Formats: sequence, structure tokens, C-alpha cells
Amino acid sequence: MRSGLSLLAVALLALVSLGVGAIDLWPATLAEIWPVLRDSRLPRTCAALLTGASLAVAGQIMQQIARNRFVDPMTSGTGQGAALGILLAVLVMPAAPIGVQMGMASLTALAASLGFFALVRRVPPTQPLLIPLVGLIYGGVIWAGTTFVAYQTDLLQFVEIWMNGEFSGVMRGRYELLWLAGLAAALIYVVADQFSILGLGDAVSVNLGLNHRQIVLTGLVMISVVAGLTVVTVGLIPFVGLVVPNLVSQSTGDNMRRALPATALMGGALVLGADLLGRLVIHPFEIPAGTVIGIVGAGLFLWLLYGARGHAA
Amino acid sequence: MIRIDAVCHGIGGQPILRDVSLEIGKGGIVALVGPNGAGKSTLLSLIARLQPLQTGRITVDGHVIGQVRDDVLARTLAILPQHLDVASRLSVRDLVGFGRYPYHKGRPTPQDLVRVDAALAAFELDDLAARALDTLSGGQRQRAFVAMAYAQDTDYLLLDEPLNNLDIAASRGLMHRLRDLARQDGRTVVIVLHDINYAAAYADRIVALKSGRVVADGAPGAVVTDAFLRTVFDTDATVAHVQGRPMVCV
Ligand SMILES: Nc1ncnc2c1ncn2[C@@H]1O[C@H](COP(=O)(O)OP(=O)(O)OP(=O)(O)O)[C@@H](O)[C@H]1O
Ligand SMILES: [Mg+2]
Repeated sequence: MRSGLSLLAVALLALVSLGVGAIDLWPATLAEIWPVLRDSRLPRTCAALLTGASLAVAGQIMQQIARNRFVDPMTSGTGQGAALGILLAVLVMPAAPIGVQMGMASLTALAASLGFFALVRRVPPTQPLLIPLVGLIYGGVIWAGTTFVAYQTDLLQFVEIWMNGEFSGVMRGRYELLWLAGLAAALIYVVADQFSILGLGDAVSVNLGLNHRQIVLTGLVMISVVAGLTVVTVGLIPFVGLVVPNLVSQSTGDNMRRALPATALMGGALVLGADLLGRLVIHPFEIPAGTVIGIVGAGLFLWLLYGARGHAA
Repeated sequence: MIRIDAVCHGIGGQPILRDVSLEIGKGGIVALVGPNGAGKSTLLSLIARLQPLQTGRITVDGHVIGQVRDDVLARTLAILPQHLDVASRLSVRDLVGFGRYPYHKGRPTPQDLVRVDAALAAFELDDLAARALDTLSGGQRQRAFVAMAYAQDTDYLLLDEPLNNLDIAASRGLMHRLRDLARQDGRTVVIVLHDINYAAAYADRIVALKSGRVVADGAPGAVVTDAFLRTVFDTDATVAHVQGRPMVCV
């Protein structure tokens, strides 16, 4: 029932998204508008949905691994690691195809995620808020390093693009790798039970014979692929991976088999909605989706912290 | 059979278990008793490979702890730890269902679902099956976790203070269920109990730990005496005999 509603919401948003843009689609014949739809509107709509869905799922998986509801790959090092990776790729092999850049971004994102988990392993479980704080500082340090390298090499304007996620540049032929991010997020569904069990803690995981190391690594690879691909294609979008899993946990619970699809839908809807809003408020100009989400997401996050306190920890 | 051979364990230079050797044969209920901090939970967690073994050797049905694959052991032995800080919002049915994970690895078969229903029924959780864990009372929650261990359907069951938070009916219900498992299905239950009367009433054997050592071991009738309470627990409670069983007068 609830997932039916979310699906309907996503479909409606997608329809509106296809209709909104600098060129008016009405009145015109299908033959006239098809090129616009095919080359710009459809790719943009798909890109927003894929980005939102995969980022939200990545956030949920990271929260299961960390057993902490306040971590988000885009603010705790993974996203910043991805940006550092692309920067290094651009510097070391400027002629390499975009696929190689994305591979590099995913690898550094993975290294950054492993670093994050090595760091927070020492945080006592009685201090759950320390983990996202450590993440913020850690992400900030990687980000500072990235900016420094970019400044030294005159690539600052690139870095700005990666750090501010937006969809105005999305066109046919320039976003298709995002389907891989979507695929990575969808594949994690195969091991949904394993992540549910992971969330029950070490003792339960060991007792049930879960291959802890393997499942954590699988999750981190997924998160890193999603981070690498989305940062390269549309830039870093914060908060989706933080807010959506929390909202879903409150409404649907923590059985990943039920939560993950709901998370993907809501993530897609949030990012597409933010992109749409950004396109409409100062039409025909645009506000980047990342900025809109920054505002909406910050509001949602505060509400999570204070409004829903009893459940959020 | 669980064979514990010369196990020593220390944390930060502090000895917790000192040269513990025990053999626990197949079938029956063994109650592990002893004062707070005696090392009971530590011993169980070592048998269940929740902590790495430092010295000594433990085997369960011939599987050497530390060498046997986790998923193989998960079908042989289940543990209910004393403290479970689970914050997940899962339904009771989902939680109990994960007890079947060692068998189905994420693809439950109809038989698994039958087992889950049986476990829910066995611990009177049918009415709570759809409830989220974080909405349950302490005793209801405890029952849900016991049902999960039960659903794991292993030959060996290690339960660390499962009677915590349970009312008298639920406590007796659980102990009866365990006795059936031991007598009828030949399962081996190792259970940490603080209430000596429950141990005396339901266990086939009582093992007492104190300061990391086994200090008493035998049938309840032989073990539970005034002197036992004095030396192991430093208390002057006395033992009466009711219906041929020792009973501690508190
Ligand atoms: N992580 C730890 N760090 C330091 N000491 C520990 C740790 N875990 C256990 N201990 C100590 O080991 C000893 C044995 O602990 P254990 O939990 O095995 O006792 P227990 O017999 O289960 O007690 P209780 O009846 O209170 O549950 C205690 O003195 C305890 O303080
Ligand atoms: Mg204990």
C-alpha cells in the first residue's frame, strides 16, 4: 500500500520532470518534442532517480555496517575520497576515458571508507554521536587535501563542480554510467538478509555464522561504486543517504528486504523532487539540486534529531 | 560433546578463567552457576567463538573452536548472550526468522517458515509476532531472543541467564521446554542461572564457577548444600529438602 503510493509519487514526479524545462513542450507534435525528451529530459529524469535511489541505498547499507543511524557516505569520507580519486585521475592520466576515472574514483572511495571504519572501530558504543562527528572531520580532512591539490594544480573549478551535485549538464551519452550505480544498489538486495543481521550486532552475526568480513566488504564496494559514479557524473549530493534511511526505518522498520526498496523509491523521489524544485523556483534559471537538498535535507535532519528523538538513536 | 581443555583467559593481565577443563556429554541440561564476575559469560562466549580463545582448546562435536567454519558451527551450536544491545526495528517474526539463517542463507524455504511458526508458538509469541522489538517489554523481548535461538534448531544450546525479566510462568514454561528438548530430542543445553532453585529443579548437572575456576560439579542433589552456598557464594542461606529436591531458603 505504502510502496504503491511511493511508486505513484515517483511516476508523477517523473512526468512533471519530463514536461518542465526551458523549451515549452505545449503545443507541439510528438515528432517535434521527441528529440528534446530523448536527449535531455529523459536522461535528466533518469539521472536524478538513479542518483537518489543509489545514494539512499548506499546510506542505508553504511548505517547497517556502522550500526549507527547518523552516518552518510557523502559526508563521512567516501564522497570526498571519490572526488580526490577523480582529481588524481585527471592529473595522472588526463587522456583516460571517463570509465577509468570512475574506476579510480571508486577505488579511492573504497580506501576512504575502509579508513573511516578503521577509525570508528575504536569509538565506544556508548558514544553513538561521536561516529558521525568523526566522519565529518575525516571527510573534511580529505576534502581539504583534495582542495589543496586542486589549488596547486589549477583545477579548483573542477572540484567545485564535483562538490555541488546538479543535473543541468545531464544529456544523452553523458550519464549512462549511472545505471551501473543503480545496478550496484539493486544487487545489494540479493544479500539484504545479511545486512539485516549485521545490524543486530557482532554477537548475533557470529552466532548465525555470518561471514562478517565478506559482507562488510561487499557493502563497502557497493557504497564506493555508487559514490564514484555519482560524484563523477552529477557531483556530490549530501543528506540523501542520511535522511531517507532514517525516514524509512521509522515507517517500514529495519528488515532490509522490505526497507531497501522503500529507500530506493524515496531516495529517487527526493532527488528528483529537489531537481524539479530547483528548476521551477527561478524558472527559466536553475538552483542546483544539491543546494535544494542541502536546505530540505538539513530541515529533515533537524526534525529527525529533535522531532523524532525517541526513535532516532 | 563439548570438551573444554585447560582453558585460561585473561583481560588486561587480569585472569578471568584459570585452567578450566570440562566435558559436557550429549543430551541433558547443565546449569552453570556462580557469583557475579565468576567468568560464566566469558566461558560461554569462548565456547561460542564470540571471543577468540587465548589458551587451551575447545571442541564441540569434534569441531575445533577457532578452526571450524562459522556457518558450520552455527548449525551445531546456538548462543543467547547475556547482553544484547539490539536497536534494530525488526518485527518479532523477522527476528525469530533470522534464527533460520544458518540453513537458508537468505532464501527461506517453507520448512523454515514452519520452524519459525513453531518457535513463535513455543514461546507464546503468536500475538506479538508482528510487533516491533523496540515496542516490547523486557520479558517479551527476552522471549523473542530465546525463540530465535530455539529456531536455530541446534544440538547445543548455550543460554546466558535466559530467565532475566521472565515472570514465573514464562520461566517455568521455558525450563519445561528445555527439559523436553534435552530428554526427547537429546539436545544439550548449557544454561547460566542465578536462581539455584531453578537449577536444582531442572538441571541434570550443576557446574559452579568461582573466580574463574570450577569449584563444584555434579548432580543437584549432591552439589547444593549449606556448605556449597557458603564456599561458592559466601552466603549463609540454608538448604531445605522439598519433594526430595534441595531448595534454597532465601
Ligand atoms: N571487557 C572486559 N574488560 C575487563 N574485564 C572484563 C571484561 N569482560 C569481563 N570482564 C571481567 O571478567 C570477569 C568475568 O566476567 P563474566 O561476564 O564472565 O562474569 P559472569 O560470571 O558472567 O558474571 P555475571 O553473573 O555478573 O554475569 C569479571 O570480573 C568481569 O569484570
Ligand atoms: Mg554473565
